[in-house]
Amino acid sequence: MTLLAAALCAAALLSLRCGSQNIPLGELLKALRQGDPDDAVLRIVLYVRIPRTLAGGLAGCALALAGALIQAVLNNAMASPNIIGVNAGAGFAAMLAGVLAPGAAGMMSLAAFLGALGTALFIYILAVKAGLSRTTLILAGIAVNSMLTAGSNALTLLDPDTAIGATAFMLGGFNGVALSSVRSAGVYLAAGALLAFFLASDLDVLRLGEESAAGLGLHVGRTRFLAILAAALLAGAAVSFSGLLGFVGLLVPHMARRLIGGDNRWLLPAAALMGGSFVLLCDVASRLLFAPFELPVGIVMSLLGGPFFLYLLLHHKRGRVYD
Amino acid sequence: MIEFCHVTAGYGGVPAVRDVSLHIPRGKITAVIGPNGCGKTTLLRAAVRQLPLSGGEILMDGRSVSDYGRKEFARAASFMPQVRTVPSITVGGLVAHGRFPHLGLSRQLRQADRAAVERAMEETGVSAWAGRDLRELSGGERQRVYLAMALAQETEVIFLDEPTTYLDLGRQFEVLGLIRTLNSRGKTIVMVLHDLAQALGYSHQTVLLEQGRLVLCAGAETLYESGEIDRVFGVRACRAGETWYFTPR
Repeated sequence: MTLLAAALCAAALLSLRCGSQNIPLGELLKALRQGDPDDAVLRIVLYVRIPRTLAGGLAGCALALAGALIQAVLNNAMASPNIIGVNAGAGFAAMLAGVLAPGAAGMMSLAAFLGALGTALFIYILAVKAGLSRTTLILAGIAVNSMLTAGSNALTLLDPDTAIGATAFMLGGFNGVALSSVRSAGVYLAAGALLAFFLASDLDVLRLGEESAAGLGLHVGRTRFLAILAAALLAGAAVSFSGLLGFVGLLVPHMARRLIGGDNRWLLPAAALMGGSFVLLCDVASRLLFAPFELPVGIVMSLLGGPFFLYLLLHHKRGRVYD
Repeated sequence: MIEFCHVTAGYGGVPAVRDVSLHIPRGKITAVIGPNGCGKTTLLRAAVRQLPLSGGEILMDGRSVSDYGRKEFARAASFMPQVRTVPSITVGGLVAHGRFPHLGLSRQLRQADRAAVERAMEETGVSAWAGRDLRELSGGERQRVYLAMALAQETEVIFLDEPTTYLDLGRQFEVLGLIRTLNSRGKTIVMVLHDLAQALGYSHQTVLLEQGRLVLCAGAETLYESGEIDRVFGVRACRAGETWYFTPR
């Protein structure tokens, strides 16, 4: 765990240092100490690098934690915020906001957050009506996901003006992220993370199966609801300032499970730390690979994440860590 | 200790168990038998509050089971379902989950909890596997571990749904022997069994269900003499000393 925290710090430093203009750490510290407002280095660090590093780290932590929570709730290692439609809900809501109130920048983040929460709650209620089995929950998520994606595509076709901003949003990235949008998402992130860690032991009991967990006196429905709420808080907040980052929520919990095992009291913090590091490193790579041009980090993540996920699929049968 | 009073319960408004009244005595083993789909599991799930009743009442120590708090009930009765997900978890970790209804908000095991876990593992003979992954164990070994978890729960009653299914015969007898030992140390046991000979041989009273209705709740001898097993299952029950066997009619 200490190692993972150290890795996150290292990734954060790397993210502060590297970019279209490399700033050695000594120079960075000097600029910060002198605090000269006209210093170009200080301006880059304060207005570009720090917000971007914060956004990347937090989004990675939040999405990985949300993924781990959703996998725990569904007791299904192949689930993630993309699959149950939480991300698609955020995307659709954000694009709708873009069409209805173009130019209102704050609107988009708020809409993304509400969209994630709304989708997660909707799927949860659907599944309650259908009896709350984990298969129903996944199927409901897939159905909702495809409806929302269709909605987003229809919006793009009907109103091409929003298409450019929407593409950037759909791909995800931290280019030009403002500190203010990270700050406004902070409350939700903190609430979601707190709730997640409070739920960890109860989710471990849920791993024994619904009937066994209920036999031990766990309120299964309430635990599931709270975990979904926490996941939506985290994913919605992250999507609101970073766009739709695909694979983090699926990949990182898997990597963490390989490393740590399935015990949620350790898995959840490990996934959060690894998610932050993973996204920051991908973001650094996206800045450096074709410098001075930048790839959206979502593309880099999917390019790296896709093969890794295939590797996991191929080794699934041998890996005894998976539930 | 447990009283079923005109219990009706089922799924989606269709009752699988109708108007069943019976008494489960304290400190005894009660076996529930009946043909497939007769409502054995439904009756058990209703007793452990995992299925709402559509009629009647189930009393435990004179109190309706629905009046118990979730954790309060889990401190009084444990339940081992038939189908279980097998997570990747150490044996010690699984047995420790049996303490869940005794834990406070911090969910931390205290000294007394650890002692209870250790006792449960010793009584079921799984202490040596404490550090092993549940998935590496055979079916019979897993069953012992789940029994250890139920034991760590320190309840007066243990409900078991087909504890011998999927095991080879030798392991079945091992598990039943263990259940008998637990009973001799004071546990009240209610178990659904598929095997008639085992039900008659390992219980103090047997509950015979047919199409959701109670046929008879009695000791093996009375049940045998009533001829109801022969009628319900379409077999002929024979006894050979202390054991039972069945032939086609």
